[in-house]
Amino acid sequence: MTDSVAKAVPLDGARVSLLPSGEKRASLRRWRYAKDRISRYGVAIGGLGVVFALALIFVYLFWEVFPMLRPASIEPVSTYTLPAGTAGDQVVDMATERYTEVAGVYSRDGSVTFLEPRAGAPIKRIDLSLPAGVEVVSSAQTEIKYGVLAHGLSDGSVMVTKHEYTLTYPDDVRHIEPEITYPLGEQPLLLDEQGAPLTVIGIQTAGEGYALAGATADGRLTLAIYRAAVSFMTGEVEVKRSSYILPPVPGRPTHILINKTTRNLFVADDAGYIHHYDTVHPDEARLVESVRAVAEGARISAMRYLSGTVSIIVGGSDGSVAQWFPVRDEQNEYHLTRIRQFQQHPAAITFIAPEYARKGFVVGDDSGHVGVHFTTSGRTLLLEKLADAAITGLAVSPVNDTLLVTDAGNQMRFIDLYNPHPEISIKALWGKVWYENRAGEEYVWQASSGSDDFEPKLSLAPLTLGTIKAALFAMMFAIPLAIMGALYTAYFMTPRLRGFVKPSIEIMEALPTVILGFLAGLWLAPFMENNLPAVFSILLLMPLAMLFVAYAWANLPARLRLLVPPGWEAAILMPVILGVGWLCIIMSPSVEVWFFNGSMRQWLTDVGITYDQRNALVVGIAMGFAVIPTIFSIAEDAVFTVPRHLTQGSLALGATPWQTMLGVVLPTASPGIFAAVMMGFGRAVGETMIVLMATGNSPVMNFNIFEGMRTLSANIAVELPETPLGSTHFRVLFLAALVLLVLTFVVNTLAEIVRQRLRKRYSTL
Amino acid sequence: MSFVNIKTWSKSGAPWIWLNAGAVAASMVMVLGLLLLIAVRGFGHFWPHDLMEVDVTNPDGSVQRVLGELTRSEELAASVLREAGVQIPKDALVIERHLIKQGNRDTLGRDFVWYLEPRMGELRYPVNAVMLERREWGNFYGYPLELKEEGRSIAQGDALWAELQARIERANAIHEQIRKIERQDIGKINFRMERLRLDERRMALDPNLPAEEVAQRKAAMAVERAQLDEEYASYGAQLEQLYRDVKRDTLVAEIMDGRKVNVSVANIVRASQPNNMSVFAKIGYYFERFGEFVGGYPREANTEGGIFPAIFGTVTMVMVMSIIVTPFGILAAIYLREYARQGPLLRLIRVSVYNLAGVPSIVFGVFGLGFFVYFLGGSIDELLYPEALPSPTFGTPGLFWASLTLALLTLPVVIVATEEGLARIPSTIRMGSLALGATKAETLWKVVVPLSTPAMMTGLILAIARAAGEVAPLMLVGVVKLAPTLPIDGNAPFIHMERKIMHLGFHIYDVGFQSPNVEAARPLVYATALTLVVLIVLLNLTAIGIRNHLREKYRSESD
Repeated sequence: MTDSVAKAVPLDGARVSLLPSGEKRASLRRWRYAKDRISRYGVAIGGLGVVFALALIFVYLFWEVFPMLRPASIEPVSTYTLPAGTAGDQVVDMATERYTEVAGVYSRDGSVTFLEPRAGAPIKRIDLSLPAGVEVVSSAQTEIKYGVLAHGLSDGSVMVTKHEYTLTYPDDVRHIEPEITYPLGEQPLLLDEQGAPLTVIGIQTAGEGYALAGATADGRLTLAIYRAAVSFMTGEVEVKRSSYILPPVPGRPTHILINKTTRNLFVADDAGYIHHYDTVHPDEARLVESVRAVAEGARISAMRYLSGTVSIIVGGSDGSVAQWFPVRDEQNEYHLTRIRQFQQHPAAITFIAPEYARKGFVVGDDSGHVGVHFTTSGRTLLLEKLADAAITGLAVSPVNDTLLVTDAGNQMRFIDLYNPHPEISIKALWGKVWYENRAGEEYVWQASSGSDDFEPKLSLAPLTLGTIKAALFAMMFAIPLAIMGALYTAYFMTPRLRGFVKPSIEIMEALPTVILGFLAGLWLAPFMENNLPAVFSILLLMPLAMLFVAYAWANLPARLRLLVPPGWEAAILMPVILGVGWLCIIMSPSVEVWFFNGSMRQWLTDVGITYDQRNALVVGIAMGFAVIPTIFSIAEDAVFTVPRHLTQGSLALGATPWQTMLGVVLPTASPGIFAAVMMGFGRAVGETMIVLMATGNSPVMNFNIFEGMRTLSANIAVELPETPLGSTHFRVLFLAALVLLVLTFVVNTLAEIVRQRLRKRYSTL
Repeated sequence: MSFVNIKTWSKSGAPWIWLNAGAVAASMVMVLGLLLLIAVRGFGHFWPHDLMEVDVTNPDGSVQRVLGELTRSEELAASVLREAGVQIPKDALVIERHLIKQGNRDTLGRDFVWYLEPRMGELRYPVNAVMLERREWGNFYGYPLELKEEGRSIAQGDALWAELQARIERANAIHEQIRKIERQDIGKINFRMERLRLDERRMALDPNLPAEEVAQRKAAMAVERAQLDEEYASYGAQLEQLYRDVKRDTLVAEIMDGRKVNVSVANIVRASQPNNMSVFAKIGYYFERFGEFVGGYPREANTEGGIFPAIFGTVTMVMVMSIIVTPFGILAAIYLREYARQGPLLRLIRVSVYNLAGVPSIVFGVFGLGFFVYFLGGSIDELLYPEALPSPTFGTPGLFWASLTLALLTLPVVIVATEEGLARIPSTIRMGSLALGATKAETLWKVVVPLSTPAMMTGLILAIARAAGEVAPLMLVGVVKLAPTLPIDGNAPFIHMERKIMHLGFHIYDVGFQSPNVEAARPLVYATALTLVVLIVLLNLTAIGIRNHLREKYRSESD
């Protein structure tokens, strides 16, 4: 083999091969095969990479949504005995600071012990300095984020303390120093004028000062508002006090709650009733109503405000946990109403600890069970037995990631809590929810607000409805025009006209929707508002005018009629449409004067129909415009590719062109037309810019054509850039994106499958 | 003459055919009407409209002189006006009213005012009325009286106009110098200062650096910093001088209510007397303004001036996107068509990839923000730019992420077009190549791919057209209303992938809907929309042209 190749043989008889040597050829061949393999694997890696990248969209969106589906969980970290001098059954309140490096435990005698919460090493203990012979008989907390406690004393006066943490960074290491301050001064303040022991007290911040209420054993109830002012001259704290005697409590009081605006005061008694005082004007305060808050035979064993001081959580001696807040009725009267009940605990509720900034709370009971609940979603996220003895104190960290539990057996437990998304449940996302300060159950989307105490309202129902509403009106406008247009263009129109019409309509598909949205919002919406009758008369008169012209055309002398061959009807109708449109617009002001007292918009409002300038009609037309090319192009393809022999057979049998269309073309092409509609729907559902610009983006729950809507996609565009990473709101927006993705993907896949089936069928026909 | 029987006529199906024809005709009317509307409004933006002067009688009987441009007119029902308490003639049914742009926002308060037709006297077009385009406070309309240089009167009467033009030219030249110093020279210094700061920070973060090297480098940095400070100071002095120079001249003019107003020439971009211009002068003015629109920077919260940064941002982003999407799209298409084993799984993958083209673009934006910006960008920052933290470099929306998101969005377009092109290559050509002993790779890269390049071009052009018009995802991943710097400039590494950009489509949304003075911004939005439409229609027509050409070519080759 080898020698036969290599030698160059002269031309004269002995022939020379011009090929390279065998060795060279072999290596070349190897190199070529290597290249072939490189190409194969390179392309495969690239191609699969792209496919994976696209699949990643699904995976990533789901990955962001997934944490919402994970249930809450707890993991005990450590258990230790409380430091000496702090008995478990003497705990009245507990708190941890934001980095969970310091925790404070308040005892019944007014002392507070600060300790390191993980291992229990005591940091310091601070006692209340009280006059001789006076002791603490009751205590109460403000909203948890202020860290203020009031101690009711046996001589009818109160002490107010506040725990604060100062952060320093000596040697670049964080050091937190707990401190007790006295916002109303270090001297006890008189609350009960007669000096009787305050068996129950309540405290709340009230503007710059504090509102305190106290009850004595003989049933007297006093409300006092204290304002502290630091004197310029001496630097001493001066306290101004205004006190009011409230109507006596019918039963023996056990808890007092005051709300932040000092509008309401609630007193629980030992018979299971809550007495509701109206203290808008404290000097004429009145008892509004007394409501039984727990079942017959049970009593209220714990009661506390959630953050924001709107909702009250009531724990019963039967283990029941319920949320209450005042609801306004038609007469503008507030009634304390039970909003929802949570999963029942097995024993009497002993302690309720609200979360700092959310509407959730943690509950401990007599049998050592701890439950984590959330109001908006009505969920009991967790209910577990953590201790053998009764729970006496609970504290949630300000960022809701740890839990401190004390029990009657003097044990303290430090627990890691995983509970980032309690706001979410199927009902909270899709059902009616009774939000704070509302009169009843509603569908509301309002994800954020300026206030800290805001309850996020994350109902996807109005957004989904808005999406459907926008898509529906768009389809109502687009389907007739696009499909009828497609039938005509594919079957009746002359090829010359078709060669112009089809690409022009298809180019519209590429038109940026931001341009359609801008025209809809800035040109069409004001135009329609000023010419409403024109819009409706065009919709009404246009088909009539077309039919009239058609009939007139049929009556023209044949010689005139034949000047324009069939297939040019559309061209004939163009001037008609322009003429009718122009006429309608010209006549519009007169029509308004004749029929609608000068303004149809005003007339609609008078009739009771809300009219927004940027409404569903505008969106319907603008988005319909965006969808027409999609539907038109696919439907036209489906009709045009109906095999010729079918239609020719039908025509040969004597059917008219229209009969052929109805009897042969339409049934054959109907799957294609269906696919076209699906594709159009998919596009309308996900369209963002048009709805963003052509509606007011208010999340309403109705199908009024003259009102706007907010769609899922527009909502994402508006809210996502300003949402904190990883928050529930952020994940709900990702969920909305996932819903959109899956919905359009399924719709498009269905349409694609239908189309492929159709193509196969045509090829066998 | 006998009429056709309606019954037989409707039985023939003719009415239906006509109605269908009507649907097509209506669609065409809408399409053409839309393009016409944008074209007329967009092109009209640059034309100098005549300034009309009219005496308006107020309800209290006083007469007020109004000077301005007619923006538009509309008809209102008289009864509505009567209800609103406006006194109008008793027999009138419909009243016409005109929106007049009277400018002078600084002195008159409102620059757009509606006036009722019956209250308006005869229209006059005074030749000496001027329109001044200003850098601040929008247009000025009035009658020039005299020109002053540092308080001294320079020109009055007939000589004023030529002198004014000369002085405006001078002021504009100085402004150009100021702009150059502020943007380029000082921009460069700032850029290097920031570099230095980051270098220093990086040094501090590196624990392995020997102490003497640290000291050495610190000294070098101090020298450089001192030098930069010095340069900065010299530019600062220059700027101060220029700013003083530019304020030299003042124009005194009378406005419509008779008040005399001083307008600093430094504040004037352009002056014209529309009523005194010939058609040719107007055409010249038209192109001058058009040039400013395309090549200039925006003024007055984007409502005036040019859109150059938006055009530049759009083009840069689309180019970066093309560089990413082309190789990957083509590789994926070749894999799906040539290498992957054909079967149900592949069909599923193919349908899925195709369908991604129909997935709402906002979903890609959400993915881009979450995955690219927060996840990838955040990781890149931690690994490569720890010195800049906590202010993010890539962990915030920017050019690269916008391009990458759009690349993902347009991948299906490129894949579909390329696959179509590959499928169109007649199998005879492949077989011929294979029969000659070429390997599969050789057949592919030397025969099939070159033949289908026009299809790939089509796909790329369609992708570009789609990307240029997308706005929704970009709002999340890197487009802003006003970017201080262009993404490409003279500072290394020249293309700044992490910078935020401006975009034509977003510009339309922002100026049209977020701007405080929508009425004033409207013409500019139309012009911007026109730019975008022209760009996209041209791209699409090119793509269609290539595709048609291609079809013809293969039809003849395969026959």
